[in-house]
Amino acid sequence: MISRIALLRRRFRPAPTGPGRAASHEGPPAGRPRTGARAAILAAALALLPALPLTAQEATARFGAAQGTPFTVYSTTDIAILRPALEAFTAANPDLSIRYEQWGSNALYAEARKQCRDGAGPADVLFSSAVHQMVELVNSACAQRYSSPRTQALPETRRWRDELWGVTHEPVVTIYNRRLMPPGEAPRTRFELLDLMRRADPRYFGRVATYDIEASGLGYLLAFADSLEATTFGALLEGFARIDAVATCCSAEIIEGVAEGRYLIAYNVLGSYLQPQSTPGLNATVGVILPEDYTLFLSRAYMIPRSAEKPEAAQRLLDYLLGPEGREILRRSGLVFERDPDVQGLPESSERAVEIDPTLLIARDRQRRASFIAQWRSVFGDAEPAP
Amino acid sequence: MAERRPAASPPLRRRVRSPASIQIRVTGSVLALLLVGGVAVAIASLAYGRQAARQSYDRLLLGAAQDIAESITIVTGGPVTALPLSAFELLAQAPDDRIFYAVRDAGGALLTGQEDVTPAGASREAREARARDRSGPVFYDARMQGEKARFVTVPRRFAERDYSGVVSVTVGQTMLARNDMAYVLTRDALIAAGVLGLMLMGLSVLVIRSALRPMERIADEMLARDPYDLTPIVTPLPAELSVMTEAMNRFMGRLDRQVGAMRNLISDTAHQLRTPVAALRAQAELALEEEDVAKRQQMVARLAARTRSLGELLDQMLSRALVIHRTDSAPRLAIDLRDVALEAVESGDHQLLAPGAELELLIGEEEVCVLADEMSLQEAAKNMLSNALRHGLAPVRIGVSTEGREAVLWVEDSGPGPEDDLMARIGNRFERAAAARGQSAGLGLSIVQAVATAFGGRLTMARSENGFRVALRLPLPEETQ
Repeated sequence: MISRIALLRRRFRPAPTGPGRAASHEGPPAGRPRTGARAAILAAALALLPALPLTAQEATARFGAAQGTPFTVYSTTDIAILRPALEAFTAANPDLSIRYEQWGSNALYAEARKQCRDGAGPADVLFSSAVHQMVELVNSACAQRYSSPRTQALPETRRWRDELWGVTHEPVVTIYNRRLMPPGEAPRTRFELLDLMRRADPRYFGRVATYDIEASGLGYLLAFADSLEATTFGALLEGFARIDAVATCCSAEIIEGVAEGRYLIAYNVLGSYLQPQSTPGLNATVGVILPEDYTLFLSRAYMIPRSAEKPEAAQRLLDYLLGPEGREILRRSGLVFERDPDVQGLPESSERAVEIDPTLLIARDRQRRASFIAQWRSVFGDAEPAP
Repeated sequence: MAERRPAASPPLRRRVRSPASIQIRVTGSVLALLLVGGVAVAIASLAYGRQAARQSYDRLLLGAAQDIAESITIVTGGPVTALPLSAFELLAQAPDDRIFYAVRDAGGALLTGQEDVTPAGASREAREARARDRSGPVFYDARMQGEKARFVTVPRRFAERDYSGVVSVTVGQTMLARNDMAYVLTRDALIAAGVLGLMLMGLSVLVIRSALRPMERIADEMLARDPYDLTPIVTPLPAELSVMTEAMNRFMGRLDRQVGAMRNLISDTAHQLRTPVAALRAQAELALEEEDVAKRQQMVARLAARTRSLGELLDQMLSRALVIHRTDSAPRLAIDLRDVALEAVESGDHQLLAPGAELELLIGEEEVCVLADEMSLQEAAKNMLSNALRHGLAPVRIGVSTEGREAVLWVEDSGPGPEDDLMARIGNRFERAAAARGQSAGLGLSIVQAVATAFGGRLTMARSENGFRVALRLPLPEETQ
């Protein structure tokens, strides 16, 4: 039987490891060359220590002059992607320096929860793509309030209680390998993807990828948003099962897999990871589709914990990221998507923001999550691959 | 009079020109009303706003809890909640409020929702347990992470083959939206009350100004008036203020009559005194030139008689002026006419006029009351009596009786009365014939006439079987009829 959930690491496709409970990280440990050996070691470590406490950050970096007052940012975003913005910020604010820690979203949530309960902790900023986890933190009174003209200028769907702000604006896309996919077959919509999977073409067997929703907070959130958005989600799951789709944990893994031709199509990839500067030659091999039936847009959520020791610094960073300079840098980093109708042809009505509001608490509900994951597993497990 | 007018005007003018004090009083009252009303409105609208906010947001809370309760199903022996999006969309109507929810099984164990290990959470769980025992929803206030919040617990009973018991759904929400709504409702009510109050104040200023404008017109009219003009003021006024002009008009009317009476008195006196005084002077000059002692003695005696007669005339004229003055100003009292007749007899004046003349008093047992001034009536009675004694024949009778609706005070002598042509003229203000003789017959009856007119009665003269009767007839007051 085919694996239900495969925790895939680059360079090798291991035997099924069963339902993964390992620490999630949707970004690679960026900022340093990704060597196969290092990734293999990491993968092995994760595979061997599934019960490891979720407390370790994946990578750290420092920005700004040594004499600047340091403040700590916990983030799920790859250092490489955010580096230009943070460097520009510390250049403009020489009195501050940033201690940047990159975490997996579930680990970050667990650590933030702990610091909230203790009423103390090093984090001055929490910046996560798992927006539903951040909403729950705010709902548990773990955040502190801040309001400025720039935060007030954000649309209602991108802020809550003046305690949580959606700083970025990133499309959730489908990607495909330009060289291996027949030109006409790239699915422009979810319905085309469904049709493609129903044909049960052997070429696609085991070569369609998406996030593992158990291992990745972001993957769960995107799948959950899909399930609220349209009834196609059930059919989509069934289709994934039919052609033995691969569920994996990490954006970089998916993108590299598509670029190298191991996967032909990957569904629900955060567009901001498709940066030419992080993956050379990407544009030539990887095609990007903003699904025309609807495209989800995610805003990474920025929060200042109540236990923050330097909230003023956190507020200045927030205002900087929301200001014109920060926004321009984020746009160049691919974190703020700007519509270009000539190129994309995506109608505005098909944009669906993952709204930052208390309805996201449903995604965090224990039983609902359990039944959602059960559905995910049962569909993956029960469906037989087509003969 | 004319000289006193300007002196009397300034106070009158000051009174008309003092609406400022009324304005201040009304403004003060309106302000007090606004203050008291404002406080009352504030308290009432705050209470109302709180209640309205509580009701509407409690409904949302209950709706969300019931949505969640609806979504509970029994799957393989245990309750499972398919948390509905609609419940959270309901709660998101209060966009900035934090949310708590918990679903507990019959034993109180958390099935899904948020764990709360604080003491506040413990007391909440006690309430949830109480709601499970009841059958309906229970609302209560508690704290959510140190913040005031409102909760509802809804029980849902299951009696399935593989699960039986009450599952409770608790939903809570902080109070930001409620407080906002209460605040907005209160603020709007206060703004409305304030605007209304200002309008009321403005209106009161306008109404007072327009109501008092006629007063200023009257003041101007009074100032512009000729000092001898005592005609009534006809400027139309609101009913409340016309009381004043009516009083003023009555006052001026009285003044007018008194001035008239005085003018009459002066002209009458001059007129009546001129002839007798001239006659006296002539006789006195004749007496001076008369050398015959006996003749001179005779002339001096005549002079003395004339002088006495002139004195009587003067008395009469003064008493008539007095009567006219009093009938206008003295208050009207209930007078028994029998007392008047008795007084006229007992004063004994008739003994001087006609010593030895026979006089009869004819009065009954019952009192005969009229509303009049006693002194004026006595003056009238004396004049009637002396008139009869002087010009009529003894015996003379004075009496009181009632005839129909009239009380009658009459005097009767036994003579034939005056000639017809004299009778027609009698009772006028003065009578030239009498005056020419230095006597006062006409004047006496004119006093009676004036009294009769003043008290709404009349003077009648008639020959009867016993002689000539002069009667003063006054109307009986209503209640004695």
